[in-house]
This record gives sequence, structure tokens and C-alpha cells, in this order.
Amino acid sequence: MAEKLTLTGYRRENGRVGVRNHVAILPLDDLSNAAALGVANLIRGTLALPHPYGRLQFGEDLELTFRTLIGTGRNPNIAAVVVIGIEPNWTDRVVEGIARTGKPVAGFSIERYGDLKTIEMASRKAKEFTQWASEKQREPIELKDLWVSAKCGESDTTLGLITNPAIGRVLERMIDAGATAFFGETSEVTGGEDVIAAQCATPEVRAAFIKTFNDYQDFITGTGADLLGSQPTQGNIRGGLSTIEEKAMGNIQKMGRNKVVGVLGPAEAPSRAGGLWFMDSSSAAAEMVTLCMAGGSVLHFFTTGQGNIIGNPVIPVMKICGNPLTVSTMPEHVDVDISDMLKLEMTLDQAADKIMAMMARNINGRLTDAEALRHDEFVLTKLYRSA
Amino acid sequence: MKHNALIHDPEDDVAVLVTDLKAGEAASAVTLDGQPVTTVTLVEDIPLGHKVALRDLAAGKSLIKYGRNIGRVSQNVKAGAHVHTHNVKTERWQK
Repeated sequence: MAEKLTLTGYRRENGRVGVRNHVAILPLDDLSNAAALGVANLIRGTLALPHPYGRLQFGEDLELTFRTLIGTGRNPNIAAVVVIGIEPNWTDRVVEGIARTGKPVAGFSIERYGDLKTIEMASRKAKEFTQWASEKQREPIELKDLWVSAKCGESDTTLGLITNPAIGRVLERMIDAGATAFFGETSEVTGGEDVIAAQCATPEVRAAFIKTFNDYQDFITGTGADLLGSQPTQGNIRGGLSTIEEKAMGNIQKMGRNKVVGVLGPAEAPSRAGGLWFMDSSSAAAEMVTLCMAGGSVLHFFTTGQGNIIGNPVIPVMKICGNPLTVSTMPEHVDVDISDMLKLEMTLDQAADKIMAMMARNINGRLTDAEALRHDEFVLTKLYRSA
Repeated sequence: MKHNALIHDPEDDVAVLVTDLKAGEAASAVTLDGQPVTTVTLVEDIPLGHKVALRDLAAGKSLIKYGRNIGRVSQNVKAGAHVHTHNVKTERWQK
């Protein structure tokens, strides 16, 4: 790299570092969205995170919902959290999970009060939190403080040629400097799973990866369906990708030469900092980015070919594109254009330099295109139907 | 001549066009390092990002891209033809 990047962030009570300073208003369940939105409308600087689930879920599906909501509240891009649920027990479980980070968090439940009294009580707390958070200062941080994630979407052949290799180079540099990174998309690595297995750091990690991969294939088989017609997507096919094997080989270029140091369940946080982690996850963009955010990622590298426009309310999602048609037709969605690589007028290292320069700006406060365009997709992954 | 197609691996059966090309135009394919590999004349229009066959491909053979198998050729393909879902099929998730 030509020069050292100047990076700033918010150091939280548990030592993790965030690059945004949100006060979240987090509904436990679908019923509480209205109250959460009510608070966010009243109090400047708060971020409501409405979502459609949280009622009558059970088993691993319920655990995943709790893990995602708690992980969201724990994300270091969030300074403080107000949780609102219909009743106190599940609400308190989320509050307690978030409180273990040491950050300010308070829970409110609507039964026995109604929406309007709840909104008033929660708004008073949210006002206290947002004024407290507004005095937090950025301080210098280093690459090793960062947890980031990477996923591609609306992929085409340019991803495998240039864009994902460029992210692979970025992740090599960041992980060499001590950063933590997630990738995943369990269905979409079909046809390249042997490459991931070969890059696993230990036999134990390799076994865990192969089990995760096979479990997903078995799940699909068990439904009696297959993924033909869904993978590759119609957008992928329009962009020139013909088979899942071809798509997978493009996808996994994001690993670069990094070793995979561990396998995570969906929305699971790594047990230690550093290295590249595979997270069991869907390839659906909003679900996957939400799972990475809940696992602790503070910034997402999103590579696209045909032009996926996804964002996330909690973490900046920066788009990197190498398809000149997409860059010219939907430029408001492309933070970094590396299409000169197709002309062989930009090297892999030059592309990585360009991406990391924009990463530094985004970390230091520049709104990504997705943030500026209000792409606030907060999408929980649901494993099966509710009771 | 400047390249207008890229190849992952010199052994690949296909190159990816980096610009739209018409039937009769030549696709000049180079590796990502800029090493010229081959030139083929298109037998049909092919858009940016799509694949052109660099040689005749017989039905039933593995299609090689990234230097490895990414599917099976499902009908005979002429050099210079468009290679896509109509003539290459996945070998995964097949019942």
C-alpha cells in the first residue's frame, strides 16, 4: 500500500470499535414496530429497526432470532439501545444480552401501558441516550480493530475476473494487519466448496466447514426441491453466468489467499479476533448482511456486477463494481468503480488501493451510496414457519 | 490489437467478453496478466460479460473455465459461438 490509512472510530465499553454512532430503537417483535417507529420519529439521532418476526417462533429458529436481535444491539456501531417488546420476558432477554457489552440499554414492554405511554417512556430514555451518544468522540483506530464482512450480489462474470479478486486482495492486507473478516453464502459456494475446504487453516475447521456445507445440501434435498432456477439467479444469467459452479468459483475469489480460521453459525460472533471466518448464511443479500452485522461486522464490502442496491441500517455497505455498463447506468449505487481492470489499465493492487481509500473515507464518516439512499434493509433470517 | 476478451486460465474453453461484439467480429482473448492466448471470430452477437467458445466443444464434455470443470456442454458448440445456459448445464443438484 502506498500510504498508511488514517482511520477513526468509536471505542466501546467492551473494547470493540464501531464506525458509526447510532442509538437503536429495537423492536423485539412485529407488534412493537409501531412504538419503535414512534420513538424514532420523536427523538433526533435514533434509528428504528423494524422487522416482521419475533412471535411464536421456537427451537433453533427462535434462538437465531434472539441471536440476531442481541447481536444487532451489541454491534459496536450502536452506542446505546432501547428495546421495545409486547411483554417483558423476551424483551428482558434481549436487554440482558446487549447489556453484557457494557453499553447503555433499556427495555420497555407494551402490555399494561399501551403504545402511547410506552412511546413516552421509551422516548424519554432514548433522548437521554442520544444526547449522551452525541458527545462521544471519534478516536484513532487501526486496521486490527476492524471486523468487516464481504458478499457479492447480482453477480456476473466480472466478479470472478476482477472484483472479487480485488476484495480478496483487500482482505489479505487487512487480515495480515490483524483485522477480522466474515464471508459465507452456503448455497452459493456449491462447485467451489473444495477450494474453501483446501484453504481451511486446520483439519477441525475443514471438518466444520464440510459439515455446514453438507447439512445445507441435505436440507435442500429434504424439502424435495432443488436450487435449479434459483441459483444462478435471473440477474446472474443476464450477466453471463451459466451454472452454479461458475458462480461459485467467482464468489470464492473474495477469500484471496487467506486461510479460513473458523466456521460460524448464522449471526454468531467469532470467539476471538483476527482472521477470515466462514459464516453459515443465505446468499440473499439483506439476510446475509444482517447476519454479518449481528455477528459483529462494522462495515460490509459488497461487490456487484449487474447492480445490487442493498444496504443496512447499522453498518455502511460499500459497493464495488467492475462492470462498465452498471457503473454508467446506475452510478449512484457504486462507491468504487474498478472497471479499468477489465481494460487491464488497473492492476489488482491498484484496485485494492482504491477500495481501501474509499473504505477509509466511509469508516471516517462518509455516507456510502446505500446509506445516502436510505437502503436500510434489516432482514432477519427465518429458518422455518412459526408455531 | 487491443484485447476485448479475458481468460482466467490458458487451458479454458471460453473467454469472457469485456465489450459487446457482433457476429463476424474477432474476439482477442488475453489472460489477466495480459498474455495473448487466442483470437476467434464470433459466429453470433455476444454481449459484454458473456462467454465465447474458443474452440469447437462437443456435447457431453466438461466445460473448462478457471482451469476446472464448471458444467457440462449439452449440445455441440462451434468456436466463436455464445456459451450460456442453452448449451451448458450444471452438474450439481441434478436428480
